[in-house]
Amino acid sequence: MAYVSVKGGEKAITNAHAWLAEVRRGDPRLPEIDVAQIREQMSLAVDRVMAEGSCYDPDLAALAIKQARGDLPEAIFLVRAYRTTLPRFGASEPVETEEMSVLRRISAAFKDIPGGQILGPTFDYTHRLLDFALAAEGASLPAAAALSETPQPYPMPTIGSVFAHEDLLERDERPEEEDAPFDLTREPMAFPAGRDQRLQALARGDEGFLLSLAYSSQRGWGSTHPLCGEIRFGDVTVEFVPEELGFPIEIGELSVTECQMLSGFSGSAERAPQYTRGYGLTFGHCERKAMSMAIVDRALRHREVGEQADAPVQDEEFVLYHSDNVEASGFVQHLKLPHYVDFQADLQLIRRLRREHFERNNPIKVAAE
Amino acid sequence: MLDHTTSNQGPDARRDWMSTLAKAKSQDLIDAWNTLPERPRFTALRAPEHGLVLVRGRMGGAGAPFNVGEMTVTRAAVRLETGETGVSYVAGRSREHAEIAAAVDAMMQSVALRPLVEADIIETLKAAHETRRTLAARKAAATRVDFFTMVRDRGPA
Repeated sequence: MAYVSVKGGEKAITNAHAWLAEVRRGDPRLPEIDVAQIREQMSLAVDRVMAEGSCYDPDLAALAIKQARGDLPEAIFLVRAYRTTLPRFGASEPVETEEMSVLRRISAAFKDIPGGQILGPTFDYTHRLLDFALAAEGASLPAAAALSETPQPYPMPTIGSVFAHEDLLERDERPEEEDAPFDLTREPMAFPAGRDQRLQALARGDEGFLLSLAYSSQRGWGSTHPLCGEIRFGDVTVEFVPEELGFPIEIGELSVTECQMLSGFSGSAERAPQYTRGYGLTFGHCERKAMSMAIVDRALRHREVGEQADAPVQDEEFVLYHSDNVEASGFVQHLKLPHYVDFQADLQLIRRLRREHFERNNPIKVAAE
Repeated sequence: MLDHTTSNQGPDARRDWMSTLAKAKSQDLIDAWNTLPERPRFTALRAPEHGLVLVRGRMGGAGAPFNVGEMTVTRAAVRLETGETGVSYVAGRSREHAEIAAAVDAMMQSVALRPLVEADIIETLKAAHETRRTLAARKAAATRVDFFTMVRDRGPA
């Protein structure tokens, strides 16, 4: 039955929202948290909200986190709603991640990757012990990050370019004429989906959902036996061609995370054996998400390499229709809105069915009543 | 002596200063503008306006394009009293940043006004950007590791 709207409760709703504002503020004896503090000190939450909110703007994401009391899917919803209020000036030139000003770049597959293994600011190799020094009031600034005499040279070669001459790694096909890629903010989902559509959906997809799908694949439900070819995090420049100028100009820099997963391919009649690749790219520093995205991207390419597809991670309709947490949370959570008419209709039906059930099984008792 | 009429005036030169203006920290640009000894009067051809640019990436890093998500952008266009027009498209939502960037873009196109901003705004902001980039690159280089595998890499026997 379709959802039937209800009226009333305005006063209660207003009061509930006023209380929400009070609860959001918390204990008034403590200083209020500032949007700039969230942006600077909760930066990975900000990055997740930008990635899944599908809108790069750290200040906006920080504001959304403050308003949502730290509930990240709620903050993502706020950012998605805000973006619908703005006009779109156009689409950028594709960002070139090979040119990235790299802050972190590691390869778990290839020890001697040219440019080296750069750890950057990472949780990797920390002991995961709570640091109570951070809870101490008036803590002093941490020691400044170490500086090398020589800066890291850019651009840094990618894992793809390193093996390109041997053809050991699948190459990226770059068409002469680049058609505008699929845009799921303007077009409905279509199946079978192109890789452009899948990657856009994954880039804004829920981290938890993609992480679990990637994990299911690793555990054998559609495994691609991935190795982490490369993860890089850093800044890329965005170029845009304004109509009135007619030539590309740089409009700013974005921090992005990129992941290349490698999977062996034993070859076919047409193709020699080589490594195939799964690709992940997200706004901000979202490494878990970028890795999961790369594994899921590769699993969804099963048709290209003739793999049997029988696991959830390989089912593009299942993956693409359920990866968006704004849609998912909207559909699950709409169940808490009043469904009184549905329930009334259901009640009548169940009462009638029960009466019929008892009439069939115990006609004398029903008649006596 | 460099030929300023070509190296400093062509579309490449304009792309270059527009890039510097867009990548500058908003507060740095606003401060630099406010401390200029004189600022020309200008009118808005397009009042600063917020919008979105759809950011594209490449499949696999170097392949065909796909849409990653959007970014907020503010654009503006101004005309100086002297007739030059300037344009800006700047990441983020600072209207002030966009308007000043458009005004400086216009001034850079004027032989008379350019000296007011070339060193004090463009070169200064470019140097600030380069300093930030180098500092990050030095921190990155300090975290370079050399992994070695225990069994195979014992060195020469």
